[in-house]
Amino acid sequence: MALLEVSDLHAGYHAADVLRGVSFSVEPGGITAVLGANGAGKTTLLRAISGMLRRRGSIRFDGRPIEKTATEDIARLGVAHVPDGRGTFLDLTTEENLRIGAYTRKDRTAVAQDLDRVFTYFPRLKERRQQQAGTLSGGEQQMLAVSRALMLKPRLLLLDEPSFGLAPLVVRDIFGILRAINAEQGVSVLLVEQNAALALDLADNAYVLETGAVVMSGTTQAVKSDESVRRAYLGY
Amino acid sequence: MEAFLHQVFSGLATGGIYASLALALVMIYQSTNHINFAQGEMAMFSTYLAWSMINGGMPYWWAFLLTVLVSFVVGIVIERIIIRPVEDAPLLSVVTVFVALLVIFNSVAGWIFTYTIKTFPSPFPEQPPFGNRYISSHELGSIGITLVVLVALYLFFRFTPLGLAMRAAAQNPVSSRLAGIRVGWMLALGWGLAAAVGAVAGLLIAPVVYLEPNMMSGVLLYAFAAALVGGIDNPFGAVLGGFMVGVLENLIGAYVIGTELKLTVALVLIVGVLLFKPSGMFGKVFVSRV
Repeated sequence: MALLEVSDLHAGYHAADVLRGVSFSVEPGGITAVLGANGAGKTTLLRAISGMLRRRGSIRFDGRPIEKTATEDIARLGVAHVPDGRGTFLDLTTEENLRIGAYTRKDRTAVAQDLDRVFTYFPRLKERRQQQAGTLSGGEQQMLAVSRALMLKPRLLLLDEPSFGLAPLVVRDIFGILRAINAEQGVSVLLVEQNAALALDLADNAYVLETGAVVMSGTTQAVKSDESVRRAYLGY
Repeated sequence: MEAFLHQVFSGLATGGIYASLALALVMIYQSTNHINFAQGEMAMFSTYLAWSMINGGMPYWWAFLLTVLVSFVVGIVIERIIIRPVEDAPLLSVVTVFVALLVIFNSVAGWIFTYTIKTFPSPFPEQPPFGNRYISSHELGSIGITLVVLVALYLFFRFTPLGLAMRAAAQNPVSSRLAGIRVGWMLALGWGLAAAVGAVAGLLIAPVVYLEPNMMSGVLLYAFAAALVGGIDNPFGAVLGGFMVGVLENLIGAYVIGTELKLTVALVLIVGVLLFKPSGMFGKVFVSRV
């Protein structure tokens, strides 16, 4: 059974629907990428899953319907969302940001262990532990956003354009760690990216979204070798 | 010199009360960007509650404790029932609700307890402590209780997970929800804390200004001034502003304009800060690039 099963999802802002009947799934332990141009509905898709906007259709997480569940309760089920714009708590310290990520957890020793683990993934954050998060660089804030999500001990990680606005080296670091997290901790990942080459390198399965609908899906191999995807998203 | 020191100390005592009320205002402002105009009247109502308990024979400190607890719960209930439905309403609607709350509390207090001015007991002895000539026992006690409240709040917000979650919810509600924080409850809790702190302020100022339904109107004005001087979005600034306004009020009242015009000090401060430094001493300055 799929960990996340979305079918015929409609969602949008105010009166207008951005997503028009999207269906897809994320396998347990898998990395699924959603590709698409600006305005295709990628961010809207993640927000709809997290219950941040009006949505219609069926969303099942671990077999359980969540299309009517509130955002904070979806988070409590183990869905961590690294939002568009990183969602940093700018006036709090790096460590406080991470502790907020672990807010719903009661197992103190495990939280302390996870904090250490996150610091081994991203030593830069450890150096900046007591620093105000607003003073971190863009790359560091993205590391912080991923780490904050990990502190929730999620079963599913929703990533909204983690490469956005970052230097290629930083992107390589972050994607390397995402792969490690997926492999070592078995966290399933739903990755939304404009950088298709990057996303297809990481993911097992991919969906292509165009103007609010899935136009193509399959294993990354299949998607990569598709003529139109290659031209439109990979640029060769 | 003696008179001067006396003015400074009693200024610090009332200043502490302005500081508490200013802090209550800032707590709600930080999470909602609204000024609760009814904060003073809520404190006044709490004070009447304590007065009834004490008159009914309850020992002062039991009444104190119980009043603070009840105020906390009532604060939460007000947020859940009255404020929550207008959460996303336009500013003017919210202000109207706050003003309505003010009028309702004021009138209900007058209706139940009448407008007759009542004395309110101080828990501290009438003799000044250690036979000194500068500060009364009630003033010293007020400063002490204020400091205890302020330190307790600081420790709560700084070191407990719940305090951290409340700060997070005030700062970034969207990210807080994504972390599983129940933002609505955090706001309600903020209202409860503000009401409890306000109740302490009311109980401490009542022996000085006497108990009547309008007792907090002046105090609230000074608290506004304090919050603005310190920076409306900065709790430390608001507290410091409170003490400053208290001392300034006393000194200017005693040496410059006379006690009758003391309240103008608050208004001059408010207008002055808004004109020349709208962000206050420690407030965030918003700069936008074009």
